[in-house]
Amino acid sequence: MFEIVGKPVLRKEGRDKVTGASKYIDDLSFPGMLHGATVRSPVARGRIRGIEFPPGLPWEEFVIVTARDIPGENCVALIVDDQPYLAAEYVNHAEEPVVLLAHSDKYLVEKARAAVKFDIEALPALFSLEDSLEKKQVIWGEDNIFKSFLVEKGNVDPAWLEAAHIVEGEYRTGAQEQLYIETNGVIAIANPDDGVTVWGSMQCPYYVHKALLKAFPLPPDKIRVIQTETGGGFGGKEEYPSMIAGHAALLAWKSRRPVKLVYDRAEDMAATTKRHPSRTRIKSAVSREGKLLALDIEFILDGGAYATLSSVVLSRGTIHAAGPYACPNVRIRSRAVATNAPPHGAFRGFGAPQSIFALERHLNKVALAAGLAPEELRRRNFLHRGETTATGQEIRENVNLEGLLDRALELSCYHAKLEAFAEHNRSSRIKKGIGFASFMHGAGFTGSGERYLQSVAAVEATSTGRVRILVSSTEIGQGTNTILSQIAAETLAIDYDDVDIVQPDTSAVPNSGPTVASRTCMVVGKLVESAAAGLKQTLIKSGLLPAGYTRDDFANACAQYIAQFGRLKSFSQYQAPPEIYWDDETYRGDAYGAFAWAVYVAEVAVDTSTFEISVNDFVALQEVGRVIHPILAAGQIEGGVAQGIGYAVFENVVWQNGRMANGQMTNYIMPTSVDVPRIRVFFEETPYEHGPLGAKGIGELPIDGPAPAVLNAIENALGVEVNEIPLLPEMLFKAQRVRRAPPYVSGTASRRTPFCASSSEEASIA
Amino acid sequence: MPKTRIEFRVNGAPREVDVFPMERLLDVLRLECGLTGAKEGCGEGECGACAVLVNGQLVNSCLVPVLQVAGAEVLTIEGLAENGKLHALQDAFASAGATQCGMCTPGMILASLQLLERIPHPTDDEIREGLAGNLCRCTGYQKIFDAARQASRL
Amino acid sequence: MRAHVPEYDLVAPTNLRDALVLIGDQRRPIAGGTDLMVLFEAGKLAYRRLVSLHGISELRGITEDPTYVTIGALATYTEIQRHEIIRREFPLLVRAASWTGAVATQNRGTLAGNIANASPAADSPPALLAYDAELELMSSRGQRWVPYASFHTGYKTSSMAPDEMIARIRVPRSTSGCIQYLRKVGTRRAQAISKVALAGLAKMDAGKVERIRIALASVAPIPLRCFETENVLVGRHLDPALIKEAKLKLAAEIAPISDIRSTDDYRRFVATNLLQEFLESVLP
Repeated sequence: MFEIVGKPVLRKEGRDKVTGASKYIDDLSFPGMLHGATVRSPVARGRIRGIEFPPGLPWEEFVIVTARDIPGENCVALIVDDQPYLAAEYVNHAEEPVVLLAHSDKYLVEKARAAVKFDIEALPALFSLEDSLEKKQVIWGEDNIFKSFLVEKGNVDPAWLEAAHIVEGEYRTGAQEQLYIETNGVIAIANPDDGVTVWGSMQCPYYVHKALLKAFPLPPDKIRVIQTETGGGFGGKEEYPSMIAGHAALLAWKSRRPVKLVYDRAEDMAATTKRHPSRTRIKSAVSREGKLLALDIEFILDGGAYATLSSVVLSRGTIHAAGPYACPNVRIRSRAVATNAPPHGAFRGFGAPQSIFALERHLNKVALAAGLAPEELRRRNFLHRGETTATGQEIRENVNLEGLLDRALELSCYHAKLEAFAEHNRSSRIKKGIGFASFMHGAGFTGSGERYLQSVAAVEATSTGRVRILVSSTEIGQGTNTILSQIAAETLAIDYDDVDIVQPDTSAVPNSGPTVASRTCMVVGKLVESAAAGLKQTLIKSGLLPAGYTRDDFANACAQYIAQFGRLKSFSQYQAPPEIYWDDETYRGDAYGAFAWAVYVAEVAVDTSTFEISVNDFVALQEVGRVIHPILAAGQIEGGVAQGIGYAVFENVVWQNGRMANGQMTNYIMPTSVDVPRIRVFFEETPYEHGPLGAKGIGELPIDGPAPAVLNAIENALGVEVNEIPLLPEMLFKAQRVRRAPPYVSGTASRRTPFCASSSEEASIA
Repeated sequence: MPKTRIEFRVNGAPREVDVFPMERLLDVLRLECGLTGAKEGCGEGECGACAVLVNGQLVNSCLVPVLQVAGAEVLTIEGLAENGKLHALQDAFASAGATQCGMCTPGMILASLQLLERIPHPTDDEIREGLAGNLCRCTGYQKIFDAARQASRL
Repeated sequence: MRAHVPEYDLVAPTNLRDALVLIGDQRRPIAGGTDLMVLFEAGKLAYRRLVSLHGISELRGITEDPTYVTIGALATYTEIQRHEIIRREFPLLVRAASWTGAVATQNRGTLAGNIANASPAADSPPALLAYDAELELMSSRGQRWVPYASFHTGYKTSSMAPDEMIARIRVPRSTSGCIQYLRKVGTRRAQAISKVALAGLAKMDAGKVERIRIALASVAPIPLRCFETENVLVGRHLDPALIKEAKLKLAAEIAPISDIRSTDDYRRFVATNLLQEFLESVLP
């Protein structure tokens, strides 16, 4: 039994957060500091002919930076290195940064920002992934394609002939804004002699470090990146901070003054990354017994104007596209394509919410065609130990998805409600429905990603017996500081309160990899566990630590060891579990060390006089290996579910000429406290042998399930099929006008185009 | 426009600031008074991260021109604890998991304070309604409700 | 925060007479600031010279006499929600006030300010129209009462003179025996700008519509009092056939648009359904 892990210890930085003592980047101020502002392109695509600084402002007082002022390369280093810090001759998206300004008067700098004028010769732009696929313009590379994947298992082609039912569908998801309550912001100090130092709100200090290295001709130890208390990230501060950090550093470099660059909400919404919009087409073959014979999936992502992380988002979405099902023949063809939108980027789930939405909607359609209840179809196809996923990964744990499904349906009173709602709906204009989604989420970097990262964590003891954890993994609200401290304290058998987390500072902590991919607990936690174990071993081997030691014994042992040897610091580097094998060429093998498994159930009510949708109850059941902190773990699920509900029925990005037109909190609708249901969270634990104390990753899992569960519930309530999110009342209103098609006749391949709000034609019925 | 002198009280102490009359109370608190607990989340009175109490009433300080608080009594999150002892709401938020990233927390706690002053034992619906002006992106609100309920039982 | 703060001139008179002189000198009044400050922060507040009404006690308070309840210009949404007589006789004002923003906005926002801001989507105007509200417009030249129904003349324009301000709002205490209805359909359940809202007031006499008021938000450039639809109903026997007729009339009388929040079709669909819901609640 555990002493500290599994217990609801107080959040490490909790007291500071409830007293207002936590300092976020905008709470900090440096002497002589200037305020920065970014002047951005008003057009989606064009050639910059000129930049004008109109009279009426004291321009000579301003620091002005353009692409020409970049001492190193004008490139935000990430994967493909195609994105400039500042547009030089061409702009490829609205809000693309062109000019940077700084002044000591923060009000004046805003006035100046509005005054700068661009002369841009507009070029034809692409605003939809369809137009990009059709190459109406070629705006990136040879063919607008950032990346493509082909995943094959078995052979789908013969399956159509054997099938009892062939079902096709198209599923679309829109952009989603991360909407962390703290906007992006940094403060930079930079000059050729001392180097570049950036403080800021971020998830990945080493990503920023790598990016600054390219923009400034300095050795690595002259670039220092420090994460300050961060008010939410959700992926929106994974890669984007490299951009804003570079901008602030460029202003600081030119002015020799500290520069603070903080976005207001309007700028943050319009200019920074969002979730990739997607279109998925699925064609599936099912046997008479309701077994999946084949899944042929086409998965397309709109990446926006530059590659950023599109290839990796595509990868994860691709690998998750076939779900937790044992289908013998799978083909997934995926592409991430360029449009002239501001580049899309990381957002919790990272491709999986998109492809899982499609699959879980599709399987309900398949169930209908096959004459099976949706849960029965799942039961006949769930993965078991020994079976393989779409990439050929053998499931090595005792996964019990049937049990999970049964329990979720029981907890939500699913069957009783199905009946009760059907009865209720006969005589009420408020239609009630219930629906579920079953899914999995792989934690850690895909395939060989973790091996490539070679993450390192360190645990160091002080002579007073306090222990410090040194990682680059950041606290962004999810509980990094707390759970890593729990793991270390548990491993060392010391008090939770005796453990400190060192502020992530690239000059002080090793690179434990980015705070993404649901890896912080599972991968970095494991490294912290090993490093702590190593530290304990060192003390034991030195003979300074008796068996059954007390807290004082531990402190004494540390003091003596340090007195003798100078330092007590233990490192641990990532070792891939031996049985993990992944082939990057064929995209086959063990994609993830572990999957968390889940079934989510949503209950909705739709008022058919207004089509307002209300999510009235939600059950979230997941198997997660080990719950390190019950309150933090539940908090992750609850927050993810709320974001998933927003993704499903509230959060709509309105695009006008490639620019977000509703970039205010008034008009971009996230759920308030009265818009979320009671979210009931349940955990099961099947310890994962390579996770710290058995834990798997859970940060992203909860945002995968809500959208398909909610839309399945809405279809149950109304009997109308809609396959696009965000699903707004206006779309339901329109869809109601289209009569529901009769079920498929066995043996016939029929093609139906379901309703899509963004298409210009009305839906047609086969 | 010239700056003007405005006198008011913050967390029980008198303050005198020389500011432009249309400066936002939020900025005056954060910059002139050094009280950075109130946060800017949206700049349009939608998220509640900037909420403070003015003469006992919850307001979004990003929407208050500082001239209008002349002579008023302002309470910020920094003024809630007494002699280092946390207010029941602060304890509840910390222990119930109601704070994750912490950005909404100061405003949320003050909104909860206002709620419990008006309705000492609120129903779940009353808690939801009372906090509807404070947006949280991290928690899904569940544990914020728990914290408010927990504090209301004391 | 996009406003160039030093350019803004705000003064705070302590009495009404001084305030009126300052308004006459082309200063824009600001009360609670919950509308104007949003514009200000977006860098879109056209007025550079403002006068704060905040400290003027003559403008505060809610009073009543046998004929009217009179709401001062500085009465906040919170005060409206708590006023005993308004709660009893004008529940639609209470409901609309509870929907405007959230608690923090309601503690500062004023009904007069909301009216002056003249947004067709505002929550209270339909209720005010249903209650036959009157506005007292005041300037240094004097004061006059105008029916609220004739106040808005077009999108964000009104019959108020440049040197006038709204000093008081009054509603006649004639709601007893009336069936009252207000429903708002917004983008979410709280802090939502309305896509459509409908306020209805009806007095029946033996199955016949004796008096009827129907007013909507977000279906026209102004908060809309639907006289034509009312005329279809008044004096007639209310039954499902008449309700259908009224819906058709309403669909033709309103002029909803498509914008970043919603579509014209949807708004028309919802508006007519809200009317149906209201009239069905009136059916004997």
